[in-house]
Amino acid sequence: MKIIVAIKQVPERDAPVRIDPAGTWIEESSLQFALNESDAYALEEALQLKEKHGGEVAVVSAGPERVGSTIREALAKGADRAVHILCDDLHSRDALGVARLLAAAIKPEQPDLVLSGLQSEDLGLGQTGVIVAELLGLPHATLILNVEKTETGVKVKRELEEGWFQSVELPLPAALSIQSGGNKLRYATLMGIKRAKTKEVRILTAAELGADSAPVVRMERIALPTKQKSTQMLDGSPKEAAAALLEKLKFEARVL
Amino acid sequence: MSGVLVILEDRGGRISRLSWEAAAAARILGAQRGVTAAVVGAQTEALAAEACGQGFARVVRVEHALLAPYTADGFALALEQLIRAESPDYVVFPHSYQVRDYAPALACRFGQVLISDVVAIGEGPVFTRQLMQGRFNASYRHTASGPCFVSVQAGAFRAEPADLPAAAPESFAPALDAAQIRTRPGEPFRSSAQTVDLAAAQRIVSIGRGIREAANIPLVEELARALDAELAASRPICDSGWLPIERQVGSSGHTVSPRLYVAVGISGAIQHLVGMKGSQCIVAINKDPDAPIFEVADYGIAGDLFEVVPALIAAVKAGKA
Ligand SMILES: Cc1cc2nc3c(=O)[nH]c(=O)nc-3n(C[C@H](O)[C@H](O)[C@H](O)COP(=O)(O)OP(=O)(O)OC[C@H]3O[C@@H](n4cnc5c(N)ncnc54)[C@H](O)[C@@H]3O)c2cc1C
Repeated sequence: MKIIVAIKQVPERDAPVRIDPAGTWIEESSLQFALNESDAYALEEALQLKEKHGGEVAVVSAGPERVGSTIREALAKGADRAVHILCDDLHSRDALGVARLLAAAIKPEQPDLVLSGLQSEDLGLGQTGVIVAELLGLPHATLILNVEKTETGVKVKRELEEGWFQSVELPLPAALSIQSGGNKLRYATLMGIKRAKTKEVRILTAAELGADSAPVVRMERIALPTKQKSTQMLDGSPKEAAAALLEKLKFEARVL
Repeated sequence: MSGVLVILEDRGGRISRLSWEAAAAARILGAQRGVTAAVVGAQTEALAAEACGQGFARVVRVEHALLAPYTADGFALALEQLIRAESPDYVVFPHSYQVRDYAPALACRFGQVLISDVVAIGEGPVFTRQLMQGRFNASYRHTASGPCFVSVQAGAFRAEPADLPAAAPESFAPALDAAQIRTRPGEPFRSSAQTVDLAAAQRIVSIGRGIREAANIPLVEELARALDAELAASRPICDSGWLPIERQVGSSGHTVSPRLYVAVGISGAIQHLVGMKGSQCIVAINKDPDAPIFEVADYGIAGDLFEVVPALIAAVKAGKA
């Protein structure tokens, strides 16, 4: 099976993210970046499918130069090669604009499966994988926790709301958006990290892909949410705060 | 037409709660022009009847045998035809799992982009949605011509029945062919046996990724015991296998409404909040004073859980002694 995994680099969890002075994006200079969580699960699913059925796993990622480190991480975990779509204006493209870039890079590869994470931790649009499927004319399924190969295609476990699941059968080629939690993620081994250095990373630009288009939706401003609820913050040492909280719970909220 | 179309979703034979919230958002956009509601399925009579008394200018039954069970292909094809026939200015959806599965593809067929998970609509219109897992709000504008697709986050708009006379439902029969539906969905199932009933718990202490590793869970377990509370968790804790999935709170887990909910090291992503914000009293312990969990908390302690939780356990025990 030939599998392409679309991955995104996002600010590391818990990173102290601040809004930039123009109020149109976040301050990137002081941030650490990492592989988006559900994308890591998409990669894991792809690597496990390859281990079972053979074939190839390639990753594709759009973004500025820094994305190279996340691509290397994916290669170190076991992806065979990568395509880096170099672009510095990722956050000002809308979901269709980004999906067009990815689809243009994926199409000539003619993969059996296109996997992506369900949703990014920064923009959280949760649509890129579905739009890529639409642009490539592939059947798709989202919120997928597990993929099994069948005689005719794949059978996937799809998450529904409130703890329910469903299986869905799709013919190949197909596109799947992977939800976090279906597998145990692997770490890169030392050997893997060494090997990654020799693996192919093809660099493409948006211009080369000929997939530029005017956005139809524009993000204008970013701001801190205005607080709607008055939370009583309990200060002091941990001991003082704990004592104050218990007082409140007993005598004010009366829930103890 | 020109006007606003809202897609109402079937939830076990009734229109979902979130759909009514989407209808409220649609009314903001369609104040003058009126809102048309669509119900979609193989049998839509009951849904249409439920929608009819709710003040929509029109109710449209998009009905075809191939629209049950739900498939992304079927829904996208049927609604594409409806939208081409109606040419609405706005198409509004509830941001459900189903909608996230087909609406981005549907919008793409019109060269449009779904403005997803919207929490507010202002003059312009300007659409507000969250970024960075709820840490920021961003405002969005539709800058192209053609229909604008919008989905609405749970709990953001108040579902209110409008005061308009009921119209008789209309029918719309999309042209669908079985060969166009490429996926084969199976019956819904639940995976694990239930051994705890979080929904019935009076007190819950819930663990998030701030706990760092499985070996630290007994610390919070001790707090739960001291408070006579059930232990619950955010999704990543269950994903890692540190606690069973039956203890997960949130949109893909349980919805709980205990008298007391203590969130320990949980950031407060919307998918977690929808599962617990109905709790009577919410306490948040988080080292990040700007964590979105404080937005819904009644009481907060901004501090390191590894210092605060032991202090709390000691205080509870001292109170009992
Ligand atoms: C479709 C979908 C469905 C989902 N369903 C659910 C669901 O049902 N339930 C759910 O919970 N999530 C769900 N999620 C995931 C959700 O988006 C968040 O990723 C998740 O809730 C984050 O969990 P967390 O708060 O434990 O972790 P994080 O977001 O990583 O937050 C950890 C928090 O711990 C704090 N912290 C770290 N160290 C300490 C310390 N020493 N002391 C105190 N605080 C500390 C940090 O400041 C941070 O705020 C879903 C996501 C999607 C896309």
